[in-house]
Amino acid sequence: MERPVSPDAALLARALRDPASLEPLDADGWTALIAMARAEQLIGTLAQRLAGAAMPPAVARILEDARASAADQRRAALWEAEAARRALVGVEAPIVLLKGTAYVAAGLAAGEGRSIGDLDILVPRESLDAVERALLSSGWEWVKPDPYDDAYYRRWMHELPPLIHRERDRMIDVHHTILPLTARITPDPEAMIADSIVLENGLRVLSPEDMICHAAAHLFADGDLAGGMRNLWDIDRLCREFGGRDEDFCLSVYERAHRHGLLTVVRRAFRLARQLYGTPVRAYRSPIRVPLDDRLSDRLYRRRLFARNGWGRPTRRGTRFAFYLRSHWLRMPPAMLARHLWTKWRKGYRPV
Amino acid sequence: MAERLYRAAAADALRIVPLDDFTVIFHRPSGLTHLVTAPAPEILALLSEDVLTRNALLACLGAQFDLGDASAEALDARLGELVATGLVETA
Amino acid sequence: MRHIFQVRIGPAGFRVGSDWRAPIAELERLYAGYPAPENGVPDFTVRLFAARPWRRWLRPAVTLGGDFVLPDAAPLPLSQGLLAAEMAMNLQMALGQRRYLLLHASAVEREGRAVLMTGLSGAGKSTLAALLGARGWRLMGDEFALIDPATGMVHAFPRLVSLKNAAIGVVGDAVPQARFGPLLAGTPKGDIRHLVPDPQAVARMDEPAQPALLLFPRFGFAIAQRDLGPSEIFVRLTQASTNYVALGERGFDAMTRVVRDVPARAIDYPNAEAAIQQVEALWNAL
Repeated sequence: MERPVSPDAALLARALRDPASLEPLDADGWTALIAMARAEQLIGTLAQRLAGAAMPPAVARILEDARASAADQRRAALWEAEAARRALVGVEAPIVLLKGTAYVAAGLAAGEGRSIGDLDILVPRESLDAVERALLSSGWEWVKPDPYDDAYYRRWMHELPPLIHRERDRMIDVHHTILPLTARITPDPEAMIADSIVLENGLRVLSPEDMICHAAAHLFADGDLAGGMRNLWDIDRLCREFGGRDEDFCLSVYERAHRHGLLTVVRRAFRLARQLYGTPVRAYRSPIRVPLDDRLSDRLYRRRLFARNGWGRPTRRGTRFAFYLRSHWLRMPPAMLARHLWTKWRKGYRPV
Repeated sequence: MAERLYRAAAADALRIVPLDDFTVIFHRPSGLTHLVTAPAPEILALLSEDVLTRNALLACLGAQFDLGDASAEALDARLGELVATGLVETA
Repeated sequence: MRHIFQVRIGPAGFRVGSDWRAPIAELERLYAGYPAPENGVPDFTVRLFAARPWRRWLRPAVTLGGDFVLPDAAPLPLSQGLLAAEMAMNLQMALGQRRYLLLHASAVEREGRAVLMTGLSGAGKSTLAALLGARGWRLMGDEFALIDPATGMVHAFPRLVSLKNAAIGVVGDAVPQARFGPLLAGTPKGDIRHLVPDPQAVARMDEPAQPALLLFPRFGFAIAQRDLGPSEIFVRLTQASTNYVALGERGFDAMTRVVRDVPARAIDYPNAEAAIQQVEALWNAL
């Protein structure tokens, strides 16, 4: 007897990639798709993509709610950026918005329908103290007074310990580089800040090439692929938008990635984005040789990225754990990794 | 140093609904609701018409709303709160 | 998931998946008169699962999951699986509902107009709604009243009525025992027993009503009544709403409309009979 194959999040990737080609879904198919999209924080994006497509009224209502919710998140994210701008008026330093907030502030397609949580900003390392003081005097407070975490952040991470605004209850992460200082790859944050683009209100966003580098670095070097589908969707949208203006955009990205030590990471991200979403990325033979042929190991990454069932539940525990370990390996030298994991485990943290 | 100037958030950014002694204000850009009492609605009314310094504002409050007994320190505190919420901006 | 139950309560469809049969069997029995989610597609998914595989059998503990979760929701013993399901469904509404302004209030209806009763836990809103439901009012819900920002109408959410401790006996005297679920003793909130709303509450759950009276009941005090100013009503209702901020300007519109249009009273009462009389008297005086 043949058991029905339970869907994994490849269904979500197909729906995002080409809504028109989506196989007709029955009620259970729609239900699974919605649960996965919520779990991957892609429900607003899905709603945007499926606008106008044929669907049962119940689904249309759910997606309409998701669109409204994404619009509210967009508005809140822009206000959070504005509040930070006002708080940091006296700090003589460039303030670079990162991730979702940057996409909506710059009016990019990657921001459409995107869920946005914390505000992430990048500032020069020498301005950290001034930024910290200015935020603390404008209503932000430390989230958790845990000495181990605090010491860990300050010593090794690429950001201040998270701050939360006491009235608005929103978090801000202040980065001074895009990867932890413990990571073996060390991108050049000064170049990123120097080449960032000024918006009308004086805040900045990364250059198009650096946006891709950052998204790719974040996906592989700074995490265990959690949220990977959304991250790759960002990369897809960015590549389509910037590639539409400049046919050699991919080449500029490779040159930039090479400078940051992120070329391998960017190539992996491009291959996976193409496999998931059909992203139009280009390989080059000259002036530099950058092949983009699919690799066998991409399958393992996809297995991890799609590890979610129709109930929105994480699946493939073994694959997830392997990527969890790997992410910590990438982030820290082995002796430190052992110490860190030991401290985390004693505090009751378990990977999903 | 030049004196600091204040103005209200743009009129279309605010929804102002007087309730009783309190007025409820929805601030569209932040999506947050603020419940305020005198002299905040009066301050907002004045600063929506003119960009004013604190001293000019104090004088207007006294002349137009009979709130002239408010001290400069108290007004500074109210202005600080209004600026923190985004209902008032420094120009 | 191994065991699955789907139901529609008012405008919200739910899918409940469980590692165990027992909670699903109880849901099937108590929600027997309810329809399935519209188009077969639920709004929310709830999961009841064993956080560690052996917890399915060894001192089985039900962990709550779903589309929307609180990070630190403590697991419940399997004997309280029904409560776990109800809590998880409420949580989806509290955290995920974006179509209606959600007020933590019970609601009953007569002639197309509704009384909303809100208050802290222990104020008696479930008890009063159940008792009024036994006296000819239509029960619209004992936990959440849903205000449509577009129309200002209140929509019903008649889930199982959750009665706690002494209220179990009080309501037990007024409605047939067959409509009660099992007694769940020793839960984090004391003894709990669920009551199935009467057939008309379910049959008419798609009929919205005009909010006509807003009550803030308080149990355990001598009979007293007091008016509330608009700003006090506004503050208390925003505190009683889990999605006011998330709804943005639509929430503001819906809330100011309720505060402006619906007469409100705080009522203190020493026992259920006294409360019912006050509600009826206020209603007749409208």
